[in-house]
Amino acid sequence: MSRIKESFKNKKPLITYISGGDPDLDFTEKMIYQLQDSGVDILEIGIPFSDPLADGPTIQAASQRAIRGGITLEKLIKKLAEIRDEIEIPVILMGYYNSILNFGEKRFAHDAKAAGISGIIIPDLPFDEDETISEQLKEAAIDQIRLVTPNTATSRIKAIADRSSGFLYSIAHLGITGDSSRENPALKSYLTRVREQAGELPIGLGFGIDSPEKAKKAARHADGIIIGSALIEKIQAGQTEEARLNNADSFVKSIKAVLV
Amino acid sequence: MTQKYFSEYGGRYVPETLIPALDELSQTYQTIKEDNSFKEEYKALLADYSGRPTPLYYAEKLTEYYQGPEIYLKREDLNHTGAHKINNTLGQILLAKKMGKERIIAETGAGQHGVATATVAARFDLDCEIYMGAEDIERQALNVYKMEMLGAGVIPVNTGSKTLKDATNQAIRDWVSNVESTHYIIGSVVGPYPYPEMVRDFQKIIGEETKKQIINKKGKLPDYILACVGGGSNAIGIFHPFVDDQDVNLIGIEAAGEGIDTGRHAATLSEGRVGVLHGSRSYLLQDQDGQVIPAHSISAGLDYPGVGPEHSHLKAINRVRYDYIDDQEAIQAFRLLSEREGIIPALESSHALAYLEKLAPKLSQDQTIVVNLSGRGDKDINNFKKIREAEADEQN
Repeated sequence: MSRIKESFKNKKPLITYISGGDPDLDFTEKMIYQLQDSGVDILEIGIPFSDPLADGPTIQAASQRAIRGGITLEKLIKKLAEIRDEIEIPVILMGYYNSILNFGEKRFAHDAKAAGISGIIIPDLPFDEDETISEQLKEAAIDQIRLVTPNTATSRIKAIADRSSGFLYSIAHLGITGDSSRENPALKSYLTRVREQAGELPIGLGFGIDSPEKAKKAARHADGIIIGSALIEKIQAGQTEEARLNNADSFVKSIKAVLV
Repeated sequence: MTQKYFSEYGGRYVPETLIPALDELSQTYQTIKEDNSFKEEYKALLADYSGRPTPLYYAEKLTEYYQGPEIYLKREDLNHTGAHKINNTLGQILLAKKMGKERIIAETGAGQHGVATATVAARFDLDCEIYMGAEDIERQALNVYKMEMLGAGVIPVNTGSKTLKDATNQAIRDWVSNVESTHYIIGSVVGPYPYPEMVRDFQKIIGEETKKQIINKKGKLPDYILACVGGGSNAIGIFHPFVDDQDVNLIGIEAAGEGIDTGRHAATLSEGRVGVLHGSRSYLLQDQDGQVIPAHSISAGLDYPGVGPEHSHLKAINRVRYDYIDDQEAIQAFRLLSEREGIIPALESSHALAYLEKLAPKLSQDQTIVVNLSGRGDKDINNFKKIREAEADEQN
């Protein structure tokens, strides 16, 4: 069983997203240790891209800060490889397809495996287009976590679930990351539909979860939850490095407290 | 027959949320493009609303100036709204109505596509919002007023390079959020399938008319066709009906901006590498890490770091030659056509006109060149005014 799937055993894992290299890799390293210590179950680390189509303003800004700080995919993977022994929880990389295509799909799968990466999410790569990278990831035993949305046809949810491993990423509502103004009134029936197609695969719910209350609600219907923009906003509110780490710690703990 | 790929280029690299909308669009488009009532309605709008067919004008004074081949201009500048963009927006608005969408969004660079979208949205009574980079809003103020007058909202985009690339990002994000009520009218032969094929089909009327007109005038096909390439819709529109006519040389001209060597240009096919942006695999200006490099050109409509996938294919099979023209050369051509022929071209189209300087001296008087005059230059007058002022300052 994959390390990611195992994280869903006997608990509802909290998956948190940060942009790699925001604002530099040293801080990313510190933040990884902080999140791990605070109780995060799975780390999702974004590969900053100049044109992140599926992301709202918070992650766009985080990507820009990281790019300004000189981050590259090569540097990010190298850093994760250096600290892999310090990380006890699974790491997922989230990146847009151009970053991976440019890096070289085979090389990416190889280097990610060597860095101890357990899973990958590519939000702009539907399964109809991903034959080559999918094969490479399978060979490297890296989970490919795919996304479904409320408007995905049931037959397509099945096709996506059949091609996913680790967990199935269910987007809570139509839209982009960080949009917490939207509530999906049909969340329960949507996730029921997803569950019917997902079989044994755990369901992670993300997009717009920004408080313990929303986390609790989300966890009622899903097997785990994903938080990105809200965490980044909390981190950014800190004026010093120490304050940023503390903000992350208290926010993560407040979410963990409701995920029982 | 649908075309998801042009050899290895094209595809649908989009968030999953958009897949149902793209499926619906593909299916609707495939159905109605064969539908006689749609074809009749579209044709009637092109004729009576936009003013097609546009003339193929023999540019006698320009021909005299170069003392070489006969030069013809395909007068897309005479379309309603002043550019070829209306051919596509009329087609897509009919599709949007067919799909029962209530709202239209679009991206725009120079503002021509924004104006053409706002125009058809007004005509067909649909809500309309246009995303436009803050820098382009500055450069193309006249078109912003026009869009607003037509009842569209113009949404400034302050992210990234504040130009067309970022306006497209925001439009896609809007579409992801409002996909059920909204149709996104992409303005060029870019984006995910079916857009490159569909926009080409709506634009190929340019080449179809040109073919008939040149045969009427000359009794033979032209030797060369020139068109500027940003995303590439006017170029594909005029090239496509000639692709199988191997004796017709097709040349697409990109923007070299401040010069290829400065790195501040938009010459995607000459200087880019294959990548994925805005939903399709095509040539792309990107750095070593795969980050998209903002494009630069004096013409906001060519200021795009990507290019339509069919252009990448036509380059790969060596059917179309792609070259580039810089800002200064384009400005000279802008002046030349205005002064010699009394036609003020768009700065975008001026790139194609400027290529005559390189091509015409090599050709003989019995040869013909058709230049696609994709739009008129009213929108660029402010830009031109600034150039004149800068020149005056230099002289003082």
